[in-house]
Amino acid sequence: MFLLLPFDSLVVNLLGISLTVLFTLLLVFIIVPAIFGVSFGIRRIYMKTLLKIFRWATLRIERGAKEKNHPLYKPYVNGIIAKEPTSLEEEIKEIRRSGSSKALDTPEFELSDIFYFCRKGIETIMDDEVTKRFSAEELESWNLLSRTNYNFQYISLRLTVLWGLGVLIRYCFLLPLRIALAFTGISLLVVGTTVVGYLPNGRWKEFLSKHVHLMCYRICVRALTAIITYHDQENRPQNGGICVANHTSPIDVIILASDGYYAMVGQIHGGLMGVIQRAVMKACPHVWFERSEVKDRHLVAKRLTEHVQDKSKLPILIFPEGTCINNTSVMMFKKGSFEIGATVYPVAIKYDPQFGDAFWNSSKYGMVTYLLRMMTSWAIVCSVWYLPPMTRQPEEDAVQFANRVKSAIARQGGLVDLLWDGGLKREKVKDTFKEEQQKLYSKTIVGNHEDRSRS
Amino acid sequence: MTRPLPALVILSVSGTSLLGGREMRLTGPCEPVVMGDAIPAKGADRRYRIMGFCCRGSEVFTPPTCTPLPPLFGVRKGGTRRVEALQHFLSKSVTFAEKPPFDCKGPTSLIVSHSQITRLYSRFTSLDKGENGTLSREDFQRIPELAINPLGDRIINAFFPEGEDQVNFRGFMRTLAHFRPIEDNEKSKDQNGPEPLNSRSNKLHFAFRLYDLDKDDKISRDELLQVLRMMVGVNISDEQLGSIADRTIQEADQDGDSAISFTEFVKVLEKVDVEQKMSIRFLH
Repeated sequence: MFLLLPFDSLVVNLLGISLTVLFTLLLVFIIVPAIFGVSFGIRRIYMKTLLKIFRWATLRIERGAKEKNHPLYKPYVNGIIAKEPTSLEEEIKEIRRSGSSKALDTPEFELSDIFYFCRKGIETIMDDEVTKRFSAEELESWNLLSRTNYNFQYISLRLTVLWGLGVLIRYCFLLPLRIALAFTGISLLVVGTTVVGYLPNGRWKEFLSKHVHLMCYRICVRALTAIITYHDQENRPQNGGICVANHTSPIDVIILASDGYYAMVGQIHGGLMGVIQRAVMKACPHVWFERSEVKDRHLVAKRLTEHVQDKSKLPILIFPEGTCINNTSVMMFKKGSFEIGATVYPVAIKYDPQFGDAFWNSSKYGMVTYLLRMMTSWAIVCSVWYLPPMTRQPEEDAVQFANRVKSAIARQGGLVDLLWDGGLKREKVKDTFKEEQQKLYSKTIVGNHEDRSRS
Repeated sequence: MTRPLPALVILSVSGTSLLGGREMRLTGPCEPVVMGDAIPAKGADRRYRIMGFCCRGSEVFTPPTCTPLPPLFGVRKGGTRRVEALQHFLSKSVTFAEKPPFDCKGPTSLIVSHSQITRLYSRFTSLDKGENGTLSREDFQRIPELAINPLGDRIINAFFPEGEDQVNFRGFMRTLAHFRPIEDNEKSKDQNGPEPLNSRSNKLHFAFRLYDLDKDDKISRDELLQVLRMMVGVNISDEQLGSIADRTIQEADQDGDSAISFTEFVKVLEKVDVEQKMSIRFLH
C-alpha cells in the first residue's frame, strides 16, 4: 500500500506537467493569434498532410479492388439516369409525330400522351433533384472516417491501423482541445460583451465591441479547426446593408462573423443560446424576435427596415433559404429580405467535404450530436466569396431580384441553382405547381384560345 | 449510401481478409435472398445466396456462390437484419459472361448491372423514411417532382400490387424493370420462356394499366374521362372533355363495345416509338 504513494505523486506530477504544457501551447499557438487575427499557418500544414494521407488511402483501396476484380462503388453527384431537358410541349409533339400519319401540329389528344407523364414520373422516382439535397453529399475518395466509407472491404492491415490511429487522434487529442477552446471562446464572448455593455456609448465602446466579437469568433473558428479562405474581401458588407449567404449549417454564422462585424437576426432561444443572445445584445444592437413575432411578416419587415436605415448600425446577416441545404445546390430565397430596399451584399460559402461534412441534417441529428460530429472530424475547410453589392432594379420585383442574387451566388460557389423551396424538407409541395403542369398540358390538347375558334 | 456500416464490421472484415478468406466448412441449405430481405439476426452458420435480378419473367437468377453472412452484418431492429450492401460480401463477382444456371432462360441479361442495383437500392433506402425495408404511398409522395406530376397517383399505384400498401425492393425493381431499354442483342433471342418485362408489349401494357382504373382489361369512356380530367385539371370544360373521349374511343374501337381493349390499344399505337419513349437509360 505504501509503495503506491510515490507512484501516486509521480502520476499526479506527470498529469500536472502535461496539463500545464497543454494549456501553454493552447495559449501561445491558438488564443494569442486569435486575439490579434494572425495565423501561424499550422492549420494549412495540417490540411496538406491530411490530403496526402487521403490520397494514399484511396490508392490503396483502388489497388485492393483491382486485385479482387470487383467494381468499386463510386457515388455520382450528377445523377444516375440520363434526363433530356426538353419541355412538355416538345416531348408530346414528338411522341404524336412518331405515332400518327395525320397532319401535324393541330392540338388533339392522343392515347400516347400518357407516355410522357409516365416516363417523367418514373425518372423522378429513380432520381430527383430535390430530395437528395437534404442529406449529406457522398464523397468520391475516402477520408479515413468510418462514417463515410462504402468500400471498406478492400482495407488492408496498414489502412486499418491508420484508421485506428486517426480515431485515437481525433477523439483523444483533438476533441478535448477543441472543447476547451470552444468553452473559452463562448465564455469570453459572454463576459466580454457584458463588460463592454457597461461602457458609455461612444467610439471606445464600438471599437472594443468589434474587437471582442472578432476575437471570440476567431477562437471558435479555431475550436472547429476551420480553415477558411476569403476571396474578394474588398466587397465586404458595409453599414446599412444586408448580407445574404447560402445556408449549410449553423457554423456559417461563425465563419462569416470571424471576418466581419455583423448584426444577427433570429429568434430568441432559451438555454445557452439565449444567454449568448442577451449578452451580445448589450454590446451592440442585434435584431432578436420573440417566437410570436416571427410569424408576423410586417413586423419583421418593419424592424429590419428600421435597422437598415440607421447608418450607424451594422450590416444584417440573413440566410434567405430558411433551412440548411447540403451545399451542392442553392434553393429558393425567401423574398422577405429583398423587399426592404437596402443594398444586398451576396456571399457564397462552399465547403470542401473531404475533411468533414458540415451539413446539419436536422431531421437526423440534434444540435449537440451535430457539434460533436463536427468536433471529431478532421477539419472544416471552406471558401468564402464576397460578391459585389446588388440593388433592386426598378423593373424587377422582389422575387426576381431574389432569383438574380441566388444565381450569382450559385455561379460563384459552383452550386446548382434550383427554384425549389427549401421548406420541402418538411412540407408538401404546393398544388399550384401541379396546376401549372395541367395548364401546360391542356394547351397541347385544345390549343390557345385563338385556335379553339377554328375547330 | 445513407447507412455506413459500424466500425466493428470493418475490423471483422479486415480480419477475414487477413486470414486469406479461408473456406468455412458449413452444411445446410443455401437460402436465396435478395437485397432488402430480412433475415434472422442470429445463426452465423446459415448460408445465403445473394441474388441479382433478371428481366425474363421471374425476377431472380442465382450466382454460383453460397456465402455465410457474418453475424454483425446489417443488424437492424428486433431479431432480424436486412441484406444490404450487396457488393460487400459476394466473394465472386457476377459477370456478363456467366450463364445463369436456372430461373433465367435464354442469354444472360442482367436487368441492371451490379453498380446500378446498388445505386437503386441506395435510392430505395433514402426514400424509406420509416426504415422498415418497404415503401408506402406517402414515401413516394414525398418526392416533390412526382407530386406535381398530374398522373403521379396513378404511377405510384402501379408499384403496389392488388390490395397492398407496402412495396419491398423486389417489387420496386420489378416495376422499374419495365423501363429498361431494349438491347439489340435481345431482339434475336429464342422464344422459349416468358417475355422479358421490358419488351414492347409489356411497356404498352404498363401504359394501358395507367388508363384502366378498375383493372378489367378495358378502358371505358368513364375511365378515359377520369384520367383526362387528372391530366388537364380545371382548364377544359366537361363537354369538351367528353367529346375528346368519345372521339378517341370511336377511332380506336374496332369490335364495337365502346371501350378500348388491349389489342385495340396496341393497334392504335403501333407506329409510336415505344422503345425510346418508355425507356430510361443509366448514365454509367
